Amino acid sequence: MTTIPALDVVELKKTYSNGVEALKGVSLCVQPGDFFALLGPNGAGKSTLIGILSSLVNPSGGDARIFGVSIREQRSAAMRLIGLVPQELNFNMFEKPFDICVNQAGFYGIPRAEAAGRAEKYLKQLQLWDKAFQPARTMSGGMKRRLMIARAMMSEPRLLILDEPTAGVDIEIRRSMWKFISAINAAGTTVILTTHYLEEAEQLCRNIAIIDKGRIIENTTMKALLSKLDVETFVLDLEQPATALPDVPGVAFTRIDEVTLEAEMSREHDLNSMFAALSERGIAVRSMRNKANRLEELFVRLVEGGAADAAKAVA
Amino acid sequence: MSANANLVAFGTITRREVVRILRIWMQTLLPSAITMTLYFVIFGRMVGSRIGEVADGVQYIDYIVPGLIMMAVITNSYGNISSSFFGSKFGRYVEEMLASPMPSWVVLAGYVTGAVLRGLMVALIVLAISLFFTRIHLYHPWITLSTVLLTAVVFSLAGFVNAVYAKKFDDIALVPTFVLTPLTYLGGVFYSVNQLGTPWREISHANPILYMVNAFRYGLLGISDIPMWTAYAVMLAFAVVLAAIALTLLRRGVGLRS
Repeated sequence: MTTIPALDVVELKKTYSNGVEALKGVSLCVQPGDFFALLGPNGAGKSTLIGILSSLVNPSGGDARIFGVSIREQRSAAMRLIGLVPQELNFNMFEKPFDICVNQAGFYGIPRAEAAGRAEKYLKQLQLWDKAFQPARTMSGGMKRRLMIARAMMSEPRLLILDEPTAGVDIEIRRSMWKFISAINAAGTTVILTTHYLEEAEQLCRNIAIIDKGRIIENTTMKALLSKLDVETFVLDLEQPATALPDVPGVAFTRIDEVTLEAEMSREHDLNSMFAALSERGIAVRSMRNKANRLEELFVRLVEGGAADAAKAVA
Repeated sequence: MSANANLVAFGTITRREVVRILRIWMQTLLPSAITMTLYFVIFGRMVGSRIGEVADGVQYIDYIVPGLIMMAVITNSYGNISSSFFGSKFGRYVEEMLASPMPSWVVLAGYVTGAVLRGLMVALIVLAISLFFTRIHLYHPWITLSTVLLTAVVFSLAGFVNAVYAKKFDDIALVPTFVLTPLTYLGGVFYSVNQLGTPWREISHANPILYMVNAFRYGLLGISDIPMWTAYAVMLAFAVVLAAIALTLLRRGVGLRS
């Protein structure tokens, strides 16, 4: 028996009235229960794609099916399955968070008594209950972002789309948001996440698509994508200052300061041989961490590669 | 969505609108009360006492009461929906509704009901104020009620269309200032169009507000410059055409979806 995808995008196109071609035939498939990253540079078409999926942007061509329901032919039924956390704040700042959540449920036909229970549940889970009856404009930026997540959960959607939900949020709140979203995903909700914090995507998502200039340039598992990275860079904190850069075959060292070195090495190179070579030279390593976000490196490489290919094609 | 879910969604928008009207009552309910009190004092009491009787034993102050109530209903139902719906566009929270499974007609019905309710609230306030100046006899209750409802619906729909096309707050202020106010003043609120000579009398018949004011005046006082069937035909025609336009705009996402 074949599983109906949570999201099946087929040749989706969008050309705006000013002639900008935001999507040039995007096809994408997200399986039920997945935690899916949709990444791309600014202006790549991510928000247009999300806008079409959530019925805020009219497509110029193609279709998308949410759990088999076409957004073009059965808009209302498809929207019932989606929850959206948009990039921009889009609630009435003069309303109270509790009312914002209860009204949102009302738009989905959920009776007020049931909606009130859900509002309390999600506002409490997102640590917003103490602000529930104060105007939303009095909340901090991080609280407003969490309110949009609580609001999206009011209809208990099967597919939750988060468009840069943690933008401008401090790390502590960001982590609590990750925890909440991971729990939602673990409970069975399919999650699609767009973010500019690639560390966030690497930690949370199992599958990934990268969109650039209106086209999907990569669509694979996070593991498969990361395995494409052939070089890794580590930061080594030394016990004592190193007088000279060590000469270890297969590893390129760079001095950051007296007690910190950067070691760039091939993924095939094993760490034990590097540590053995350092010990032989009397260099003791106190701690080590991965320098760059691996996904970030790949992302830049893919997007820049795409730009270079395009430049070649034009030339 | 099921009929029950649509009813819940409709109730949600209506309730939100009513809460908004009551929360900012100094902007939504009070101004009409003050303006109409001034009209009653100046035009009704001070000027009206010199004019005296205008038709079949009807004093001037009684004659202008229906028109003033309608004036308040028109400006408030129009103003409520245009500012509220445009506000939701401006603040982007219209997206809450656009991204929901709610059918377009439920969104429209919810906003129109909210605006009609404000029109009715203001009508009752102005009516109550008028009782300080004169005695009102309700000649035809059903005509009175149906006319005020139809008028509020027509101008709510017109306000909605205005809000859909509006790109800035100025755009929702232009129509009330340059269209609604002149049409209301020329719609027989303060005088009978039968007093006008040709061609002004004939030109006045192109003004839809004339039909509304006269139908309402017939309901309250039993006098009208217009046959009732003509007045109802005009009001119903405007309501149907404007509802069709508003619904089409909403379904196509004009000014709402890119």
